[in-house]
Amino acid sequence: MKVRAQFAFVFNLDKCIGCHTCSVTCKNTWTNRKGVEYVWFNNVESKPGIGYPKQWENQEKWKGGWTLNGGKLELKSGGRMSKLLNIFANPDLPQIDDYYEPFTYNYARLQNAPLSEAAPTARPLSMITGDPMEKITWGPNWEDDLAGEFSKRSVDKNLDNIQKDMLGQFENTFNLYLPRICNHCLNPACVAACPSGSLYKREEDGIVLVDQDKCRGWRFCMSACPYKKVFYNWESGKAEKCIGCYPRVESGMPTVCSESCVGRIRYNGIMLYDADRIEEMASMTNEQDLYEAQCKIFLNPHDPAVIAAAKAEGINEDWIIAAQKSPIYKMAIDWKIAFPMHPEFRTLPMVWYIPPLSPVQSQIDQGNLPVGPDGAIPQAGTMRTPIKYLANLFTAGKEAPILSSLNRLIAMRSYQRSVHVEGKADTRALDAAGITEDQAKEMYRYLAIANYEDRFVIPTGHEEERMDDAYGFQGQNGFTFGNDSSAGISKITMFPRRRKETPEPAALAPSADK
Amino acid sequence: MNEELFSWNNLLFGIYPYVCLSVFVIGSWVRFDREQYGWTSASSQLLSTGGMRWASNLFHVGVLAIFGGHFVGLLTPHSWFLKVMGDIQHQYLAIIMGSIFGAMALIGGLILLGRRFTNRRISATSRTSDKFVLTWIMATLAIGLATIPVSMGHAGHGDPRVVTAMAEWIQSIIYLYPNPAYLEGVDTIFKLHVFFGMTVFLVFPFTRLVHVWSAPFGYITRSYQIVRSKKLKYQNR
Repeated sequence: MKVRAQFAFVFNLDKCIGCHTCSVTCKNTWTNRKGVEYVWFNNVESKPGIGYPKQWENQEKWKGGWTLNGGKLELKSGGRMSKLLNIFANPDLPQIDDYYEPFTYNYARLQNAPLSEAAPTARPLSMITGDPMEKITWGPNWEDDLAGEFSKRSVDKNLDNIQKDMLGQFENTFNLYLPRICNHCLNPACVAACPSGSLYKREEDGIVLVDQDKCRGWRFCMSACPYKKVFYNWESGKAEKCIGCYPRVESGMPTVCSESCVGRIRYNGIMLYDADRIEEMASMTNEQDLYEAQCKIFLNPHDPAVIAAAKAEGINEDWIIAAQKSPIYKMAIDWKIAFPMHPEFRTLPMVWYIPPLSPVQSQIDQGNLPVGPDGAIPQAGTMRTPIKYLANLFTAGKEAPILSSLNRLIAMRSYQRSVHVEGKADTRALDAAGITEDQAKEMYRYLAIANYEDRFVIPTGHEEERMDDAYGFQGQNGFTFGNDSSAGISKITMFPRRRKETPEPAALAPSADK
Repeated sequence: MNEELFSWNNLLFGIYPYVCLSVFVIGSWVRFDREQYGWTSASSQLLSTGGMRWASNLFHVGVLAIFGGHFVGLLTPHSWFLKVMGDIQHQYLAIIMGSIFGAMALIGGLILLGRRFTNRRISATSRTSDKFVLTWIMATLAIGLATIPVSMGHAGHGDPRVVTAMAEWIQSIIYLYPNPAYLEGVDTIFKLHVFFGMTVFLVFPFTRLVHVWSAPFGYITRSYQIVRSKKLKYQNR
């Protein structure tokens, strides 16, 4: 047993309202730079839909993630030799149009257009060429709230084995938001595919990073990531990805997407797992066993043997306590209501999702749909979002765990309804769903109230432990002697320089005084 | 060196090679040491991927094979070569291999060149050095291919002197005993090719060409997963 700690997430889709605050705060913090205009470390997609980049879930097309090759785990896009042979042109690389051509608007035109009958317009300008663009055709959430034709959205891989014609009709339509960030996987395909070895997983917290000095732009990480969450900065020629907001996390703060989430749907916490079992668990023959296999990799932070082993690995006491109080552990293991996204990609992702309930109330009032024992809240299988669709998204198609999760969420509501509306506790739904009254109360606290200190249980990075002389280290960051903190002293350099910051014309408005 | 104080031949083929090689080695070293963030293949495949499968592979395979051919063909000591083949056979081998891989590099390179200058996205995001270095390599290649008919002419007369003179000259440079006189009798087109070729080394450290140094052969034997600890960063000091 080799105990490692992982900084992990749960996103409660049941409460996501698709407001994109996470996307915007992340964008403003990390990717508002030249070369990464098209990059969203965090984006929110409307499902069903093909997403960003287009059809990212379709691994027959993009060859992302892992596959079993004669029982042995191998990158779906091919092994080491095939990487080197394809290094001059990656056959599986998305083009920027699969994400979208980044754009700004010619805002200056609004100020300096000559006097005219009609109000001046600000045309879109490509952030790559600076040319005016005729039409914007895609974006990080182009299918927002089911925008566009169903026939195009229904190419969604999760609808593959579902009778989908019916779902295009207005009465049967369904919609859910899917916020996506890097999954900081336990078995990352991007790390494995990097020929220069610039991507790595941090031992301390499992955050996956790109070493910007070591990256040579071979771009196999982009195609190997089945979630398409490693991007190419065309200005620097380097790969960039979600950094798990590690400067914040190291000081005990939640990631910026999690902190800014207005729906309080995001949870950050620590999971202890057995690093010796990664390969075994990612190699399950049956794809539908992968979700349960990943659950088995996690270690019980209350088990004295685990605690001892964790201490032997040098994991701080603080981290073990955090793992014991982890909201992720409660949801994924204790309550079994959260799931990894697309476990069949075999990367063992560490952003887990609570599947959303969906509305049917008006039909229940008409007596059309079966309801639970309380006579008010419908059964999981009768909701709008097909169970099969959620199962394709979270359990490689296995419906039972999804159904059980939804039933527990419903049972919690039913119980709370009985307490607050009927005035006396009715535990029939809880019994049917297999949870205790205490668990239901705790679930209510975590899911409905979602206090800050329950959502975010993040120990600090314990910087002091890593350094022999922490006092001597103070003052070492920031401005230093030499050129470390600048791009050089001289304006003249023989090596390549950054390009102009933006193609947007910045001509000043004419003076109003004239 | 020639007895004369100054001659163009001495400057170009006695001194310039050392300028180029010094800048090549020291420049690469300085950049690797100080400017790692800019050390990249600067791939533009994300912006336009169409045709890259053919163009980029033809170009890279062609150019690398040509480089290898020059390296082996010109730096192998003459006496070693004679154990394997005669000078004329050496020359014919160079002509055949040069034609095959030269044609590959030319076809691929011309597509890349067209893309670099006419594809709106690629052109707009190209640095001056990107356009310059590709043009320069293609010019070097074109001149190199233009030497083939001349070389065929020599070979037809059973005259291997140009190839041996070039090999002797470049070896004199490498052994730090420069003898530019070797090139005095050589056709101008060869000298032009040599000048263009040396200049590639001169500009090498200041362009995207540095990615050649980073060919990732280590990947073949590496384990797939990499885990780094922050502790080591401090402990290794």
